[in-house]
Amino acid sequence: MNKIIRFLPLVLVIALGVVLYRGLSLNPNDMPSALIGNAMPDFSLSTLNDENKIVTKADLVGDIVLINVWATWCPTCKYEHPYLLELTNNPQVKLYGINYKDERPAAKEWLTHYKDPYVFSIFDEEGLLGVKLGVFGAPETFVIDHHGVIRKRFAGAIDTRVWRKEFEPLIKQLITEKQQGK
Amino acid sequence: MLNRVLFIVVMVVTVFFVANSAYASPVETFEFQDEVTKIRFQALSKELRCPKCQNQNLADSNSTVASALRLDLYNLLIQGKSDTEIVDLMVGRYGEFVLYRPRVSSVTYILWFGPALLILIGIIVVIVILRKKPATKENLALDSQQQEKLKQLLQPDQPTSDITNPNIINEEKE
Repeated sequence: MNKIIRFLPLVLVIALGVVLYRGLSLNPNDMPSALIGNAMPDFSLSTLNDENKIVTKADLVGDIVLINVWATWCPTCKYEHPYLLELTNNPQVKLYGINYKDERPAAKEWLTHYKDPYVFSIFDEEGLLGVKLGVFGAPETFVIDHHGVIRKRFAGAIDTRVWRKEFEPLIKQLITEKQQGK
Repeated sequence: MLNRVLFIVVMVVTVFFVANSAYASPVETFEFQDEVTKIRFQALSKELRCPKCQNQNLADSNSTVASALRLDLYNLLIQGKSDTEIVDLMVGRYGEFVLYRPRVSSVTYILWFGPALLILIGIIVVIVILRKKPATKENLALDSQQQEKLKQLLQPDQPTSDITNPNIINEEKE
C-alpha cells in the first residue's frame, strides 16, 4: 500500500503530461459552432455587384445552400477559389457568397479576375451578418438546409478532399431529407 | 540601500503606468447617448473574448471579427438590449467560449471548482504526511538501555564493543 502511494505523484505527473501533450496538438480555431440547428439569421443587405439590389434571407432559403464567407484580404480564399468554381458544376447545391468586411471595388475586381462562382455575393461591409453567423474569420462555409436551418459550419479552405470528407455525406443526407418531404 | 529601494519603487510605478497606457483600444469612434451606455460598452467589450485572437478581449483586439463585434455590440446597446440579453446572444453565436468568465454549468465545473479541489487535495496530503510522523518528546527520549549505552560511550577510558559502531543508537531508535 505504502509503495503504491509513493508512486502516486509520478503517476499523476505522467497523466498530466499526457493530457497537456494532447492539448498541444489540438487546433484552437476548431471551435464548435453554437448555431448548428438554428435558423439562418435575418438580414437585409445589398449584393456585391449591385448596391441598389437588396437581398434578404428569403432569397436564399428553399434549396440546399452553401454560403461561403470570403474576402479579398484573405489568402486562403484565393486558394479555395478554384474548387468553388468547380462546385458550380454540382447541381445539388447552390453556392452563395458573403463578401465579409471588404471593399466593393476590390471584391468586384477579384470576381472579374478569378471568375465568379456565386449565384450572388452579399456585401457585408461591416461584418454584421458574419457576426450573426458566428464567423471567426474567412474563409468559412455554412450549409443551410431547405428549411433555412444551419446544418454545418466549416472554417478553412475547401478542396476536393475536404469536400468528400466534410460536405458530401451531409449533402446526400439533406437531399434524402428533402425528397422524403421532411 | 535607500537608493535601491527608491529604484525599485520607481520601476514598479513606471511599469504600472506603461501597462495601463498600453491598454489602448484600436481606434474607432462610437458616440453614446449617455455615460452609462458608454461604461456598459467598455465593460462588455472587456468581458467578451475575441473569437479569432483568443487571448484578447474585444476592446483589445484589432482583428476584423473583433471590430465587427464591437460595432454589433454598439448597435445592440443603442437598440436598448440589456447586458444579459447581449451576453446570451453572443453565447448563442460563439458558445460559452466567448465569455472571459464562463458561466457555471456542468461543462465548466472543472474550470470553476478544479483549483479549489486541488488545494483541498493538497491540504489533505499535508495533513496525512504530518500525522504520519508525530515528532513528540516521548519518542525522542532515550529509554534506560540507550541511556546506559550513552554513558558508556561518553566515558573514554572504559572501552566497549559498541563504540566501534556509532550508528547503533540511531538504528535502535527507528
